[in-house]
Amino acid sequence: MSVTVRIPTVLARAAGGKTTHEATGATVGEVVTAIAALHPELGNKLRDAKGEPYPYVVFYLNDEDIRFQQGFATPVADGAEIVVVPAIAGG
Amino acid sequence: MPLGRPASELPKLSKEEILRYGRHLIIPDVGLTGQRRLKDARILMVGAGGLGSPIGLYLAAAGVGTIGIVEFDTVDETNLQRQILHGTKDVGRKKLDSARDRIHDVNPNVKVIGHDTRFDATNAIELVRDYDLVVDGTDNFAARYLTNDACVLLGKPNVYGSIFRFEGQSSVFCTKDGPCFRCLHRDPPPPGAVPSCAEGGVLGVLPGLLGVIQATEAVKLITGIGESLIGRLLLVDALQMSFRTVKLRRDPDCPACGKRTITSLVEYTQLCGLRSHADDADVPTLQPEELEQRLRKGDAIDLIDVREPNEWEIGRIDGARLAPLDDFAETLATLDLEKDVVVYCKMGGRSARAVRQLQAAGFTRVWNLAGGIDRWSAEVDPTVPRY
Repeated sequence: MSVTVRIPTVLARAAGGKTTHEATGATVGEVVTAIAALHPELGNKLRDAKGEPYPYVVFYLNDEDIRFQQGFATPVADGAEIVVVPAIAGG
Repeated sequence: MPLGRPASELPKLSKEEILRYGRHLIIPDVGLTGQRRLKDARILMVGAGGLGSPIGLYLAAAGVGTIGIVEFDTVDETNLQRQILHGTKDVGRKKLDSARDRIHDVNPNVKVIGHDTRFDATNAIELVRDYDLVVDGTDNFAARYLTNDACVLLGKPNVYGSIFRFEGQSSVFCTKDGPCFRCLHRDPPPPGAVPSCAEGGVLGVLPGLLGVIQATEAVKLITGIGESLIGRLLLVDALQMSFRTVKLRRDPDCPACGKRTITSLVEYTQLCGLRSHADDADVPTLQPEELEQRLRKGDAIDLIDVREPNEWEIGRIDGARLAPLDDFAETLATLDLEKDVVVYCKMGGRSARAVRQLQAAGFTRVWNLAGGIDRWSAEVDPTVPRY
């Protein structure tokens, strides 16, 4: 499955400056693994050493929070869009 | 459903107010009743900084009757790039005073209640209790969790906005059936995982964009019109100029609004791991004066600047070399274990983390420059610009 992954500019530096990435995988976790293989530094910011998502970086699959689905095991359909939203606190 | 009292109990508008709010009154959705609701409303702004500036100005202009402001800070030059409540003439004044003056200039009908204090676990409940809703214009995780938990405990809506560099987020939390901030992020990130605006910067107009969205949501909640951001997180990207919303769900296991295991406010600074002097006690420091003396004596010191190249360009300490913290692992390999190492950044936070990395790698003769290049500039070399 080919999906689009959108990351915020704060993470883009770890991914060659690009905020939009195409990757393949059957689940959100596989897509993240595919992106991490291309951009290891970004990978470290998307998941912890055990490969689990951080509580302060939320993944939305087609605008739905994957924590209310099957987390990284949530299946993705071809053409899906994953948006990565880290916690920010500035004001 | 609008907030506040039944329409029959709302205050009347004077002739002057009818003229002032004419453009509201002719919108059928707002009308006289909506404007009277705004006049009756009591809104608490937590923070009168980047987000608080447009929030305060627009809520005042819109005719919100009572605006409370929690703010302990004073205006400094670095605020002026975005905090439009305050002007150049206000540098050094209490933000509360300049905010009050500016708000009264915009609309003298507004009652401004200043709370000259840091918003903390000891006063949050008392402060929030007297208001209909809260607008979160704070700038750190501790204050955001505190605002959220106080609003959940008291059942007050929390109009949320936060920003970093070019991006912002907004939502409405803590309503009767909607999610709260802890449904989105149950626990704060570990210290250092997410940079602050003071460390990472923020585009000056961005708090304008997000603060105006927060003010819009507050006005909608008070007047009971439109679809609020309850259950949605608005993501704003100023570089792409894109706006999108993702769905927020109320988490039945949320410790604040779900299982309600949070029944009182805790020490949030500790929860969020905000650095305190005590936490940095294990990091050896060198005072700016001492460094100056040692450099003058010609001591062999490896002076490492862990800021970003764009900060290095603004100014640096003579004899330093640049090694941004993000790539610090590569720098470690270039250091001589026998040499004294002094590390600095802007204020001392990032360099403290670098010192910890060095200690973990076996370096024993390593120091953090206290107060960073900011104090160096203030106390040793004023030709280095502060920023």
